[in-house]
Amino acid sequence: MRAGPAAPVDDGERGDGGREAGERYAGDGELGAGRVLRLVAGREIGTRVRSRAFQITTALFVVAIAASVLVLSAVGGSSAQQVAVTAADGTQAAAIGAAARSLDVDVEVRTYADAAAGRRAVLDGDVDALVLVAPPAGGTEGAGGGYRVVVKKDLGDSLTSVLTVAARQAALEGQISALGGDPATVGRAVATAGVEVTALRPEPERDGSRLLLGLVAGGLIYVSLLIFGPAVAQSVIEEKTSRVVELLLAVIRPWQLMAGKVIGIGVVALGQLVLIGVVGVGLGLASGELDIPAGIAVGSVALALLWYLVGFAMYALMFAAAGALVSRQEDAGGVVAPMISAIVIPYMLGFSVLPTSPDSGLIGVLAIIPLFAPILMPMVIGIGSVAVWQVLLALVLTLAWIVVLVWLAGRVYGNAVKRSGTRVPIRDALRAA
Amino acid sequence: MGEGRLEVDAVSKCYGDVVALDEMSFEVRAGELFGFVGSNGAGKTTTMRIILGVLAADAGQVRYDGAPLTLRTRRRIGYMPEERGLYPKMKVAEQLHYLAQLHGLGPVAARRAVARWTERLGVAARRDDEVQKLSLGNQQRVQLAAALVHDPVVLVLDEPFSGLDPVAVDVMSEVLRDRRAAGVPVVFSSHQLELVERLCDRVGIVRAGRMVACGPVDELRAGGGGRLVVDAPDAPAGWADGLAGVRARGWEGSRTVLELGPGADDQAVLRAALASGPVREFRHRRPSLAELFRDVVSGSDARGGGGDGQGQGGAGDGDDGGGQSVVAASAEVVRTESDADAAGDDRSGAHVESAGRPA
Repeated sequence: MRAGPAAPVDDGERGDGGREAGERYAGDGELGAGRVLRLVAGREIGTRVRSRAFQITTALFVVAIAASVLVLSAVGGSSAQQVAVTAADGTQAAAIGAAARSLDVDVEVRTYADAAAGRRAVLDGDVDALVLVAPPAGGTEGAGGGYRVVVKKDLGDSLTSVLTVAARQAALEGQISALGGDPATVGRAVATAGVEVTALRPEPERDGSRLLLGLVAGGLIYVSLLIFGPAVAQSVIEEKTSRVVELLLAVIRPWQLMAGKVIGIGVVALGQLVLIGVVGVGLGLASGELDIPAGIAVGSVALALLWYLVGFAMYALMFAAAGALVSRQEDAGGVVAPMISAIVIPYMLGFSVLPTSPDSGLIGVLAIIPLFAPILMPMVIGIGSVAVWQVLLALVLTLAWIVVLVWLAGRVYGNAVKRSGTRVPIRDALRAA
Repeated sequence: MGEGRLEVDAVSKCYGDVVALDEMSFEVRAGELFGFVGSNGAGKTTTMRIILGVLAADAGQVRYDGAPLTLRTRRRIGYMPEERGLYPKMKVAEQLHYLAQLHGLGPVAARRAVARWTERLGVAARRDDEVQKLSLGNQQRVQLAAALVHDPVVLVLDEPFSGLDPVAVDVMSEVLRDRRAAGVPVVFSSHQLELVERLCDRVGIVRAGRMVACGPVDELRAGGGGRLVVDAPDAPAGWADGLAGVRARGWEGSRTVLELGPGADDQAVLRAALASGPVREFRHRRPSLAELFRDVVSGSDARGGGGDGQGQGGAGDGDDGGGQSVVAASAEVVRTESDADAAGDDRSGAHVESAGRPA
């Protein structure tokens, strides 16, 4: 076995022993905290990113978000409905278009050569309806008899309204012409008559897209915290169970190990969220499903990520301290339960209350409490039901709580992580020197 | 690098009412192999953990080159904890590379060191395997590589030989000698007293948190009570019991091993033996380390009653040395084999000792 320096080594190690000696211990064993943190975080990132579980969940997330955006745009019917007219009835195209605009329905009118071609298009699903002008009733001139509409199965409500309006308009214009009037003049007079509304206490305008964005952002943050928060505890316990912590703590300080771990897992979690966010918002904007200015969408996402970072730091510190209290993965459940509740409860509250009453005072108050803010704030910010001062207050309070936690968690972790065996009572961990 | 001496100076440690270490002192010089032996809970692991700063001492100091150890100087110690510690799901090379860097090596130097030590310790072929997929013996080699990969100037190894097959024991011994030759002070604990006796320049025997004997193996053996081996096949049991200053210490086949106290007359022993029938062998022998160790432990039994070590069942099934040492080390062997469940062992060990007291 005494191969030592004479053994053939495959990677060109030989011949530069002198330089090697100079390279190692560049600072005589001096290792800055920055480098320690980079090493610890780097290991955490490498291990996680290469884990099959992480790769699969990330892929599933991206696929799920992309699929839901695409499904929404397919189902949501933002694409125009197609109506066919025959060339002979070409004048109706403009009438139908005008009626659709007045009812705020997106309708596209196509002209086919004859009724047969139109029917084929209906059967093929190319158009939703074929409109034929009915023979005038009572021998009057023009299109006074209304429309005969051919559909494959049935006519949608919005299209029924549009076509009804168009048919009546056509009949009206036919009568006006017959009475010697000018349909265009009448049309203009009718168009200017309307209803002007004065609201004394207007509801703030709620945008469906923003509500959606808020809930989705909240949901993603929620899921991510539930995945990566306990992962911090699990990683701490793994080091205790495998006793590698003893080897590590001989050369680095407990807080460095804890901080490096939190940073490493945080980077991985944030990277995953950014990926999902970019895919989701990008697809949403591109498909038109996310009907808000790109600037606002990006701003909301950036704010949500900021809150995520703050929330992750807060929960991860607590998870790390909790993990240090036990020595076996089986015991993890008991110590992480309080943190899980602190994540699940505000989310459930927000999710059940906000869609119906976005201005809920309860949620507004809870969103300022540090323990709940990281979950609730992104939701209310997304919805737009929160004032700037509330956001800032919540942020300041949460950051202050994190500062306290750094000290508290560092103490608990440092005291408990070297003690193996039974669960360390938290009071002991806080007290012991 | 100075003289490279590791000094443990009057280190004490208590867990509540239990005294784990009571002014433990010893030193290991550069280029010296120091064997650290003692019963379970005697304080060996606690001492090593204090040297590495994993535990804080209540009093006393650990110095290297005359200066108290700091986190920075500790990075240059190679440590093998008793509870083996590696990331089970990390690949061997990756893991060693990481640990080498935490000990202050640059990435390039670390990579070379990993290549060199995995080669040297015979686990080069397993570099890209996860540690948990390796046999226990190979995991042990990786653990040793982790202690050596940063080219430490001090080695502190807690039971490096436990669980090793004979080939691995040879590799380990070879590496330790090699480090000694490189001028590194090496401390290791072991229950394999034969091995300690063969390998070490100096030995320290610990009992109940105190160093009770410390010095070169030969000196310790010369200082211990002399042994008399008598082969008198027809002698009845207890034939030597009535002789002044003579204590029977054991039997090896038909031979009786006697300890002669000061002023005991070996000729009287011979006469008593001859009275029983033929005597085929009659010789003086210096006590082995194992016998010495047994003396120390039984001394603790007589004086303090700290029940440990002797007279327990299950003797002789050990992987521990050969011959007589088996009896002395039996309690240790049981311990070695139940490594896995020893959580916070030093404390639980200390508890055992105190719990044994009233009995």
